[in-house]
Amino acid sequence: MWSLFTSHASDFLTGFGWTILSSVIALIGATILGLGFALLQIVPNRAANIAGKIYIEIVRNIPLLVITMFFYVVVAKVFHLNGFVSGTIGLTLYSSAFIAETIRAGINSVDTGQYEGARSNGLTWWEAMRYVVLPQAIKLVIPPLGNQFVNLIKNSSILAFVAGMDLMYQANMISQTTFDTFGPYIIVAIFYLMLTMPLSYYMRYLENKLEN
Amino acid sequence: MPSKMKKRILGLALGSLMIGGLTLGLASPTVQAKSKEEPKNQTYYQIKKTHKMQWGVKGDTKLMGLMDIKTGKLQGFDIDMAKEITKRVDPKAKPVFTQITSGTRIPMLLNGNIDAIIATMSITPEREEVVDFSKPYFKAGQAILVKKDSKIKSIKDLNHSNMKILAVQGSNSLQNAKKYAPKAKGSALQDYATALTALQSGQGDALTTDSSILYGMAVDNKDTKVVGGNFTDDPYGVAMAKNDPKLRHAINHAIDDIKADGTYDRLAKKWFSDVPGMSWKEVAE
Repeated sequence: MWSLFTSHASDFLTGFGWTILSSVIALIGATILGLGFALLQIVPNRAANIAGKIYIEIVRNIPLLVITMFFYVVVAKVFHLNGFVSGTIGLTLYSSAFIAETIRAGINSVDTGQYEGARSNGLTWWEAMRYVVLPQAIKLVIPPLGNQFVNLIKNSSILAFVAGMDLMYQANMISQTTFDTFGPYIIVAIFYLMLTMPLSYYMRYLENKLEN
Repeated sequence: MPSKMKKRILGLALGSLMIGGLTLGLASPTVQAKSKEEPKNQTYYQIKKTHKMQWGVKGDTKLMGLMDIKTGKLQGFDIDMAKEITKRVDPKAKPVFTQITSGTRIPMLLNGNIDAIIATMSITPEREEVVDFSKPYFKAGQAILVKKDSKIKSIKDLNHSNMKILAVQGSNSLQNAKKYAPKAKGSALQDYATALTALQSGQGDALTTDSSILYGMAVDNKDTKVVGGNFTDDPYGVAMAKNDPKLRHAINHAIDDIKADGTYDRLAKKWFSDVPGMSWKEVAE
């Protein structure tokens, strides 16, 4: 196993790099988009609510592979997107729908009295959200959001299907050239754990810290 | 459900069970047991006696050997070649076709289920240790498929860092192509359909694999063409059991005859004249 790693170290590390890059971009993008769509669903505007709902329901209910292939083979006919870019866009959109739902659930679980009190004290809708509701909602959404982030990193293996050079792609390629179908996947699993375990622990730490 | 349909489905299910059983049976060690004590030229005399020549052919490869779903008949260049060879080995004989896959063909031949294989089978030194080959009858190799409006004319045009070659995971075609175009980037996709769609969407400049597979793609997808001919040389041959020099001689003789009397050109033209970007004359070995 170790010799397999050392002889293909540059392939594994390249894959690791692309996986990290894709995950980081998708994590930031999906969080921003997710927050946006969560707010869109609760603003006092019926049209915006419906628009947000439609986006989330569509994106959340289509397989990630289908979204990614859509960008890789359909959108690419108009704008050229390579495998890495289409995979990362697919991952960002797909995760954003789940993150939006998580955040919306968090906001909804803040007692309505908090919002009503803020409004009756003269705060605007936006101020009430910004200073009263969201700070309380964040504490509630940290654990489920952590799950979404871990899922996002694992889902980045979608890049392998569109030749996105990530860890999973490298594992496929190495197992085909070495005819070792076991070793490369074990090594890749360890790399994924190196990303997801610290994230899980950090999220748990944050959860404890915010509670006290 | 109409009873006729039920019967057909039952028949299909039984059929696949039997094929499954056959393949399992073939994996048994009897394959190895067939050896020296057997009389020479057994298959040849068998054909002469029964007037039947049993061929192992492909049923899933467009242009070479494909089962027509509507008529249930096998069609393709390999099939036509088999018919012509049979005629010349024994004028009274009829060809009998058995569908095989790349994995089952050699065991079935060694076990005596079929007399000869004509199924996109490249002549390789490893295979020559187990079976005998006729002289090459089809000039196969690895080639590239590009979009119809592409400026690429051969594999050499791909040797730039801004070029991308598409291939399918699980074969060594990408590595082979990289030997001829080391500067190009490569992407390996899951299957032929995805790789072809990726080529059409502009995700790569060329798609590489066996030329006979590319010809089939080019016929079905008029926005693509095969260019530059083969850059590797893996000609196809007819395979038969060892220890049968008479059969081998008869088949070689038949291939020569098919080429000499113009039948070969007629068949090549029939199957490959519609392939965009390819001249049917290229296939003659």
